[in-house]
Amino acid sequence: MINIQQISKRFSKLEVLKHIDLQCNKGECIALIGPNGCGKTTLIKSILGMVIPDSGEIIVNGENTKANFEYRKHIGYMPQIGRYPQNMTIGQVLQMMKEIRQTTSTLDEDLIKSFELEHLYGKAMGTLSGGTTQKVSAALAFLFNPDILILDEPTAGLDPLASEILKEKIITEKNKGKLILITSHLLSELDDLITQIIFMQDGRVEFHHSVEQLRNDTGETKISKAIAFILKNKIGNKDVITQSTINQSVKS
Amino acid sequence: MNRFFYIVFLFFLVHNVLGKTIVVGKGQPYTKIKTAVHVASPGDSIIVLKGVYKEGNIVIDKPLSLVGKNLPILDGQKKYEVLSVKSNNVTIDGFVIQRSSVATLDDPGGIKVYNSNYVVIQNCILEDNFFGIYIQYGKHCIIRNNKIKAYGIEEQQIGNGIHCWKSDSLLIIGNKVDGHRDGIYFEFVTGSTIWRNIANNNIRYGLHFMFSNDDAYICNVFKNNGAGVAVMFTKNVKMYNNYFSENWGDAAYGLLLKEISDSYIVGNHFENNTTGIFMEGTSRIIAEKNSIKQNGWGMKIQASCMDNTIKKNNFIANTFDISTNGTLVLNTFDNNYWDKYEGYDLNKDKIGDLPYHPLSLFSVIVEKNPPAMLLFRSFMVTLLDKSEKIIPSLTPDNFIDNSPLMRPLLL
Amino acid sequence: MNRIIKYVIIDILKNKIVVAYTIMLAVLSWSAFSLEDSSTKGMLTLLNIILLTVPLVSILFTTIYIYNSAEFIELLLSQPIARKKIWFSLFIGLSMSFIVSFIIGAGIPLLIYAPINTGVMMLLLGVIISVVFISIAFLSSITTRDKAKGIGMSIMLWLYFCLLFDGIVLFLLFQFSDYPIEKIMVIITALSPVDLARILILLHLDVSAMLGYTGAIFKDFFGTTLGFLISLCLLCLWFIVPYWISLVRFRKKDL
Repeated sequence: MINIQQISKRFSKLEVLKHIDLQCNKGECIALIGPNGCGKTTLIKSILGMVIPDSGEIIVNGENTKANFEYRKHIGYMPQIGRYPQNMTIGQVLQMMKEIRQTTSTLDEDLIKSFELEHLYGKAMGTLSGGTTQKVSAALAFLFNPDILILDEPTAGLDPLASEILKEKIITEKNKGKLILITSHLLSELDDLITQIIFMQDGRVEFHHSVEQLRNDTGETKISKAIAFILKNKIGNKDVITQSTINQSVKS
Repeated sequence: MNRFFYIVFLFFLVHNVLGKTIVVGKGQPYTKIKTAVHVASPGDSIIVLKGVYKEGNIVIDKPLSLVGKNLPILDGQKKYEVLSVKSNNVTIDGFVIQRSSVATLDDPGGIKVYNSNYVVIQNCILEDNFFGIYIQYGKHCIIRNNKIKAYGIEEQQIGNGIHCWKSDSLLIIGNKVDGHRDGIYFEFVTGSTIWRNIANNNIRYGLHFMFSNDDAYICNVFKNNGAGVAVMFTKNVKMYNNYFSENWGDAAYGLLLKEISDSYIVGNHFENNTTGIFMEGTSRIIAEKNSIKQNGWGMKIQASCMDNTIKKNNFIANTFDISTNGTLVLNTFDNNYWDKYEGYDLNKDKIGDLPYHPLSLFSVIVEKNPPAMLLFRSFMVTLLDKSEKIIPSLTPDNFIDNSPLMRPLLL
Repeated sequence: MNRIIKYVIIDILKNKIVVAYTIMLAVLSWSAFSLEDSSTKGMLTLLNIILLTVPLVSILFTTIYIYNSAEFIELLLSQPIARKKIWFSLFIGLSMSFIVSFIIGAGIPLLIYAPINTGVMMLLLGVIISVVFISIAFLSSITTRDKAKGIGMSIMLWLYFCLLFDGIVLFLLFQFSDYPIEKIMVIITALSPVDLARILILLHLDVSAMLGYTGAIFKDFFGTTLGFLISLCLLCLWFIVPYWISLVRFRKKDL
């Protein structure tokens, strides 16, 4: 569904993405992990067309994303920190998105209901807590029943209850055969969700394995441990990554 | 018995003065004006009936009254001067005189008066003539209620509407002149009055005055002439209650004054001219109670002017009220109303407590550098002008009205 | 497209600054026309409004508004909407709000009090000047990410067009006063939308003065139908070009 070919991006001097190749398929639930500043968000934004890569191509559902916007109707995006017009209310934001999309397919309002957002429709976005904003972001991402869900740190800032609701929702959607791409620091949370792991470091994809393969290779049952194991072995060869960065990136 | 004798005598006298009456027209004893003039004796009246008369040049060489009934047409066929008056005491009344010849050497006119006095020309319509009415060496002539129209395009190819040269004591009243080179032209004409005339749409000046002293022109209208009205090399002229308007163009003025002295400009209206009054080399002129409104430049007073007094005028809605090309100011401004004045009147005597500097910095700049007009009314220029008003540095500081009026005069 | 414009306009109206701007324009122009005895002075006040206030408010408000709409733009960008459409909707929404404010605030008194020709002309130019400065604001706010810098740049641009440019022209005029520069000056005016608008209005307001001296040259150029159309086209370029450049940049911008 998402095919990334040789994507590079630099912000002035800083090279953020270096020739990235990726293939993500239907029914997969992929965790995109890596230390801060490794290029995760830039990669996601590139897929969404918010950042325009210097070179390379991204093909979503067979459509090239360059100078194209139609493909975005297949994607639901939940940003890391949702930023919304401050003086619009939740109701207005949802209403506006519905009007702009004008989709004919049925809306998926499960999250609105389970987060009980209807009670808060009259509240202005500027007055919301971070958690509530995240709830709105999540609700928006799932609202139009997209084939692809891109969730940037979905559970950050959510209370355990909401977090659990969201996880349930992700699993339901995964089972419907959708592609789900999640970035997160908290790997333990993802254990029961994910089928694939992409580990990024310094703008490169360090590895891209299925969870089963990872477990088999490392003999660890916990994903976080498995990753740590792989990284340790790599350090032996490259001596690039210190233990602390691993700990930072793979907090468990 | 005596009384009866007197009555008979009077009748005889009147009969003698009025002379006899000759009628010219179709089916009348005379069909040609020329023959009628030929047979008439001095003092006779010739009545011309309606019709078109193409008789070439008609010379009137004896004191006659030529009266047209129902506007008979005298046509010069573009070959002849139509009427030549070469005798005193001639009256011409009620003709249409058209299509005189065109010649720049001998200046033919619709009606031309040669060295004659007491000639009256009235109620005529002059159309498409080279000169309309031309008077040379005439005294005590009256030109009254004529309509003079021509279709001139270029200055050289058309003469003046009413042209007076080396004459004295003329009365020019109630005429309308349109489309000539100059509407009314005076050269070496003295002691004359121009009253209630309208001179519009003439190619050069509505009124052109040269070397003509002791004249007055009163209640005339000069509108949309090529260059307005020019009064030059003259003294003791009285200009009262005239309207000068819509004289537009680079060198166009409501009133152009050049080398004039001891004259009065009173009660005139200058509206919508490029320059209301332009003064060059004038002295001892009093300009009073004029309304100077909506002109590009209200007054342009060149540095060569001195001892002029400008008082009790209204300066309203002019782009520039005053402009000058020098720094020397030898003229007096007093008691004028300036709509741009921003002072106050604390003692309520209707006179502003602060003096007014009518000369704006920008008008000085434009005078020196005309293309600067491009920047007019830009924010920067407004700022410059405001600061100059507070601290005059470039404009002459004695260019000043010490007692500006708070309210406009009723004019 | 119109749905986004609708939301932009609703948002601008909520802001109340545009409403305040409309009221300010109305108060200024009504008082200018009714306090002065001649309509000429009222028109001069309006001329200054068109040449100073309208550009300042348009450019400042638009710049700040675009920076504040970053969230809105981001939100829309993740949706299946072309960038061109988002940018264009913002532009149209802002332009329409400002045009409507100008017409309500200044246009009505202009049409009532001013001579019809001058009134319509000033109305048209006021509208164009609003759009021109909105367009310039689009350019300056896309040029830098830093809001403070962007606002500073907008103020500088306003100062440049309203004050500095004329200073430079005056300086040039005096430097080259010995040469026949009138025609070149006509071309130079086209380099500032404010000056173009000002001269077009002057030809109506100070028609007597503009017929004299070099005024005649301007009159010969700007006063003819062809000249008027050319200057109108130039003014249109003044909002098309900055907007177009800003659009090109926006399409390449990373958010």
